[in-house]
Amino acid sequence: MSLQYPALIVVVPLLSALVISIAGWVNKRWCFPITVAALAVAAYSSVGLLFRVLDEGVIVYKLGGWDPPMGIAYYVDHLNGLVLAVVSIVALLNAIASKKSIEQEFPEKIGPFYTLYVLMVTGLLGIVVTGDAFNLYVLLEIAALTGYGLIAMGGGRGPLSALNYLYMGTIGACFYLLGVGYLYIMTGSLNMVDIAGILPDLYQSKAVMAAFIICMVGVWIKMAFFPLHAWLPNAYTHAPSASSSLIAPLVTKVMIYVMIRLILTIFTPEFSFNILAVSKPIVWLSVIAIFMGAILALKERNLKKMLTYIIIAEVGYMVGGAWLGNRVGMTGAILHIANDALMTLCVFLAVGNIVYKVKGAEFEDLQGLFRKMPFTMGAFIIGAISMIGVPPTCGFFSKWYLISGAIQAGHYGFMVALLFSSLVNVVLFFRVFEICFYEPFSDHHGHGHDRHPEPMDEAPVTMLVPLFIVAAILVLVGLYTGDIVNHIIEFAIPKGLV
Amino acid sequence: METIISIKPLLAVLVSLLITPILASSRAPNVREAWTFVAAVAKVLIIASMVPAVLKGAEIVYTVAQVVPGVAIKFRVDALGMLFALVSSSLWIVTSAYSIGYMRALKEHSQTRYFVFFALALSATVGVAFSANLLTLYLFYEMLSFATYPLVTHHQDPEARRSGRKYLLYIVGTSIGIVLPAMLICYNMTGTLEFSMQGIFAGTEPKATMVVLLLMLVLGFAKAAIMPLHSWLPAAMVAPTPVSALLHAVAVVKVGAFSVLRVLTGVFGINLLTNLHLGTVVCYIAAFTVITASLIALTQDGLKRRLAFSTIGQLSYIVLGVALLSPKGMIGGMTHIAMHAFGKITLFFCAGAIFVATGKKNISEMVGIGKRMPVTMIAFFIGSLSVIGLPPTGGFFSKWYLVLGTLQADQMPMLLVLLGSSLLNAAYFLPVVYKAFFCTSEESMFQNTIQEAPIWCVAPLVVTAVGSIVLFFYPTLFLNLAKLAIGG
Repeated sequence: MSLQYPALIVVVPLLSALVISIAGWVNKRWCFPITVAALAVAAYSSVGLLFRVLDEGVIVYKLGGWDPPMGIAYYVDHLNGLVLAVVSIVALLNAIASKKSIEQEFPEKIGPFYTLYVLMVTGLLGIVVTGDAFNLYVLLEIAALTGYGLIAMGGGRGPLSALNYLYMGTIGACFYLLGVGYLYIMTGSLNMVDIAGILPDLYQSKAVMAAFIICMVGVWIKMAFFPLHAWLPNAYTHAPSASSSLIAPLVTKVMIYVMIRLILTIFTPEFSFNILAVSKPIVWLSVIAIFMGAILALKERNLKKMLTYIIIAEVGYMVGGAWLGNRVGMTGAILHIANDALMTLCVFLAVGNIVYKVKGAEFEDLQGLFRKMPFTMGAFIIGAISMIGVPPTCGFFSKWYLISGAIQAGHYGFMVALLFSSLVNVVLFFRVFEICFYEPFSDHHGHGHDRHPEPMDEAPVTMLVPLFIVAAILVLVGLYTGDIVNHIIEFAIPKGLV
Repeated sequence: METIISIKPLLAVLVSLLITPILASSRAPNVREAWTFVAAVAKVLIIASMVPAVLKGAEIVYTVAQVVPGVAIKFRVDALGMLFALVSSSLWIVTSAYSIGYMRALKEHSQTRYFVFFALALSATVGVAFSANLLTLYLFYEMLSFATYPLVTHHQDPEARRSGRKYLLYIVGTSIGIVLPAMLICYNMTGTLEFSMQGIFAGTEPKATMVVLLLMLVLGFAKAAIMPLHSWLPAAMVAPTPVSALLHAVAVVKVGAFSVLRVLTGVFGINLLTNLHLGTVVCYIAAFTVITASLIALTQDGLKRRLAFSTIGQLSYIVLGVALLSPKGMIGGMTHIAMHAFGKITLFFCAGAIFVATGKKNISEMVGIGKRMPVTMIAFFIGSLSVIGLPPTGGFFSKWYLVLGTLQADQMPMLLVLLGSSLLNAAYFLPVVYKAFFCTSEESMFQNTIQEAPIWCVAPLVVTAVGSIVLFFYPTLFLNLAKLAIGG
């Protein structure tokens, strides 16, 4: 069966979406178990696949037995093996954690929600596993269209933000498609490996350069790279908790993966960094992205929206790291895909718990939360500390590689941006913690003996356990950074990049 | 040198970390405090069990995880780390007892949180002491910053919030903004961050880079409160007194000073600093802090604030001693970690005991208090002597070695600084004691009946005061550790 893992990863969630939509009509209670089962199969397969890749190297899976370049082939190497595992695990944990909040927020739409949820995961996993540039576009649209639905489900301003996202997302996808079209004209192929084999003779061609840049811009729109970010904050803020904690950790990260795939596999580092010679300006763009993300986050008075701006800064981390043009920076970017997905999941799950209990994420809603929800806040602290970049949480180590890459590339602007963002994160998170910790101030100043604390009112266990698992993973991944880099990421980057 | 691989350093760090769930879930305060004592005693025993090996010159190492190429999260117990770990862990037992007296007498809220984070802070402190490289040290340094934040802001009022902000701004701001980039630059230059006697640099690096890195690493560890990054410490006095006593006289601030020592002796190495004449730069920065802090201390009326400024000055003694780069000076600086700890914790305990018994915080309100609280004030006197550096207290030894160190290093200005500062120390402590005992009955603000703080408050301060005196007669352990630490 392990030979079929690449197909199972996509096919099982895809088919289960059909089953879930039927189950939604018959008996809503079946939707959740089917979803979890399908995602568990996907997670199991992708972790198994990652271990197989570690043993055997690149795995090629021909869909339907058709040979590439005519047929679609799935390629799994160390790079997407890692991303697959992260995506499927995040999706699974979030599905379990968000059961209660879905029941609370839109009990009547459980069937459609889980259908879209599983389809979106199918799309994301497909983007990562496929080795075909056009197939990637199709899956990109699957992920995007379901994403719009998931966001709009929140009601309130959700549909409007989803519409805005739809416009931007469609433009982004069109750019990507246009770029792929150029590549197809030039090479006559859509298979990534095939294209990569043909391209080196065409590197001086203006059309190929245009293809690369157009694809890149499309991907940047999709990943909300500043200043192409405007759709993201509202879309993620007004989405229901269950959707935002799926979309926020995964979509931007999967798009970073696509960008790195473009740089490393379809094109080569030689082309991307040397022939094109745009690395420096792009790193400066990401410096601006990091600064702006951090500054814009400072002005928000809503916890969820504040976090969305942090995501924009984090996108800057990864784009910058990938474009530093050296091995260490690229290592940092790839490592940060995994780390950022996990820590974003951690903080968004925590916010989900908070919203579940206090019905809001405005700063005023957060008063006294350390007493009311100590467990949620405990996990939130770990997520926050990881985002700040404190060892031994994983966020520190990807920052370590990114800053090292900046130093080796002599790009001190990027180093300063990363440090600035860390410091701003301290301010952002401790501003939140202060509200949770001090407010409301007791009437008796000084020693405050006579506090009448609000009783504890924690989120249900099904929400807490996945949150704790994620928080623990943050620390474990941090401690195993050495192994992850040596055994996975080291092989994900071509030898040519030093 | 013999190297022993043992899990003991990890256990010493973890023992107080692992009891935090038990502490947090204990319903009865007595059970909770019993567990604190169990952990504290276990910690001391684990650490003490490593002393014989260390005294024989062996090193105990344990690698937790290889995180980045060339750098692991790794413990290494050497003489200097052992000295610091012994001091902080043994004083934790005493402080736990004192905390019980203080917190219960004042009916403080959230005592469970208090004990949990105290235990966490101690884990981090011992972690710093046993770190084998700069990355591990940074890890525990940061852990300590975050673990002490809820302790500093314990009262949860607007003043605590202001102080907490200042605390984070100085401590975390410098560690992320200054230490982290300096550490990464060192790592990218040398490929390692492992502490060793000869340092990590080849010695061929440009001098300007070295100076910048040295300043970043010395000032960046702002817990050492070297001016101009000192003002978080007086602000942190808003914390309950046991916190000020153990953390802001011993653990946190000494972690800062200890980190600076590691930077000087382990990252740069004595030889490199001597060759480049960089020790003097650090000496002058520290000397400035010593004198200025003492002068400011003279003007403070709040007893805890006066103690805080005194601490700032005394911390720079440690840095100054090692930066002299002469063997005697280094021994003086290192033993000062221990000697000052016992003296200063006594003084803080006294300040807390006075507050518990009388509610007074200011020195001007303490005239004649010696007649009401004789035991406390005698202990205060002993603590003062130790900080000033007079026999029969342990503080005498460290000051003695420091003075010899200045002669050995031929640094006359530093000698004057040390002597001047001792006079200033006397000038800001002894009047407190004098006014407490010798005043006319009209001046006295207290009635002549003896009424001490609760026994849980008084017993610990007697223990530490006696400890200060014992250290005068038996300073051998700490002196030997310091001698080993400088490689002789």
